[in-house]
Amino acid sequence: MIAMIGRRVMSTLMVLFGVSLVIFLLLQLVPGDPARTILGAGATEDAVAAVRAELGLDQPLPVQFLGYLQGLITGDLGRSLTINQPVTEIIIPRFQNTMVLSAAALVICVVVGIPLGILAARRQYGIFDRIAMFTSLAGASVPVYWLGLMLIGVFALNLGWFPTSGMSNPRNPEGGFGDLLSHLVLPAFAAALVPLAVIARMTRSVMVDTMEQDYIRTLRAAGVPERSIIWKHCLRNAMPPIVTVVGLQIGYLLGGVIFVEVVFSWPGLGYQLYTAITQNDMPLVQAGVLFIALVFVLVNLLADTTVGLLDPRTRRKVTA
Amino acid sequence: MNTVVEVSSTPGQVSVDPRFGASSRKAKAGRRPSRLILGLRAFGRDKMAVAAAAVLIIVVAAAALAPVLSPYDPVVGDSARRLEGIGSEGHPLGLDGQGRDILSRLIWGARYSLTVAIVPVLAVLPIALLIGLFAGYVQGRVGGVLMRVLDVLFAFPLVLLAIALAAVLGAGLGNVMLAIGISLVPYMARVAYTSTVQESSREYVEAARAGGARTGEILLKELLPNVVSPLLVYATTLCGLMVVLAAGLSFLGVGIVPPTPDWGIMTADGSSVLLEGRAHVATIPGLAILVVALAFNLLGDGLRDALDPRKQTT
Repeated sequence: MIAMIGRRVMSTLMVLFGVSLVIFLLLQLVPGDPARTILGAGATEDAVAAVRAELGLDQPLPVQFLGYLQGLITGDLGRSLTINQPVTEIIIPRFQNTMVLSAAALVICVVVGIPLGILAARRQYGIFDRIAMFTSLAGASVPVYWLGLMLIGVFALNLGWFPTSGMSNPRNPEGGFGDLLSHLVLPAFAAALVPLAVIARMTRSVMVDTMEQDYIRTLRAAGVPERSIIWKHCLRNAMPPIVTVVGLQIGYLLGGVIFVEVVFSWPGLGYQLYTAITQNDMPLVQAGVLFIALVFVLVNLLADTTVGLLDPRTRRKVTA
Repeated sequence: MNTVVEVSSTPGQVSVDPRFGASSRKAKAGRRPSRLILGLRAFGRDKMAVAAAAVLIIVVAAAALAPVLSPYDPVVGDSARRLEGIGSEGHPLGLDGQGRDILSRLIWGARYSLTVAIVPVLAVLPIALLIGLFAGYVQGRVGGVLMRVLDVLFAFPLVLLAIALAAVLGAGLGNVMLAIGISLVPYMARVAYTSTVQESSREYVEAARAGGARTGEILLKELLPNVVSPLLVYATTLCGLMVVLAAGLSFLGVGIVPPTPDWGIMTADGSSVLLEGRAHVATIPGLAILVVALAFNLLGDGLRDALDPRKQTT
């Protein structure tokens, strides 16, 4: 087990190195000179050259990359071009807001998605199974940005049950937990729908496979109650692949949440990234993308380790 | 996750299928109808998949015939009648915030929304196949390096990678397709890789190798036909996802540029008039995206079952 975790941590470090290289190279593709962006159009050649030297842009690319890596390790990702602050100071509070939204969405996904899949698997091709699977396929096809707009139209504008946007009431910023919750309901549901549908479908297919195993037939023959067979024996054996899918769906959430945050003006990392893109603030874009990739990689490492704990058979397998 | 499926092989090719214990040439001689026919029959029995295929054919036909079908110019509007609702005179789906006919924009939008989603999937398919076959069968140092590079790309959620690439490359039809295509490579290559590894360990590959077939022959004649079908199923499903994602990029303003009638741009136009209490402008294009994405998903499910020999019956 420890050897497996060690191997995974090593390959994760390699991946993170690759990720920083990709992001570094990606930014070389951006047209325009950052020094000119900072100084504006009317700057003299000398001033531009001075800023380029200050930013280290006159150095050869490999040297620039080393400096960039050094900054990464010490947590210095540069300054934003539009907000006069180090990017890490901008990103971390925004990321906390994103975590609030993603965590709420994830809870909805797991609490609704897994039982839905189990109930559908209980009677394969039954009427509940057919309806649940068609609905979840439709759910997986929904454009999140559109769903967000529809939710705002119905539940915020027409019915007035929830606020249309933001994370707190601007007239009463200290609204407390109830206020946060009422702002959270619509975006959390919008962010949850697609991963929920995918988790439900995956849970169903894994459960169906497990229920066809010989030991389940033996349990039935031995007279073990159906409820205990499904919720105890089957679920325990179906858990590892379900955990893997949930881990992957967290990655989807971290990407899809950008749309939700933009539609609901949720002050998270995705919304910040969107503003940075529209304002061409590349240091901020770079740090935001890097940060999300880092979280995604760590979540996958965690999911793999959990699978290893749940299923002893996977521990010796070499990861492909 | 990856259903292992067998496809109809080209005539004259001998590949031993361990499940039937007979060569497919023998099977073609008349004992069993060809796999293609069996597959089509199985597909025809799946009513949802047939309905989905019909929906997609109608949408593609509408996109192709846009200049004939659309009643108005999709870009020029009549501002005096802006935001008139569904069922208003001469405009069955109403008008948008600039007084443009929504039905005409929807029909023209199908062109852009489908092109920008499907072209990258089709373009990446052969690339993914090459990477998967090479890394999965030949392996070696180059294969290992290829898979490590893909691991790195996997560290970015698909949506995030596409948004970041589209932002860096700049808006516009070609750049969006490039951004989506690059983001798809790791996913499609992984599917091709996994099924290559699975297929490589089966008896028919071993038999071919024992018979003295060269690596190139094994790759093209034995593995390729068996690896391509799960990839096709996956690609069909991806087309649906990419219709949603491509429209999403336009919605965010890093995709196709207004006033081009794209379904994502139309949804974004609708979001700005939603607060005026006019929901139809955003609702209609979003429903179009949903229906097309769902149809691709149903079609993918139907293809998967139709290509599965265990579900084909005579």
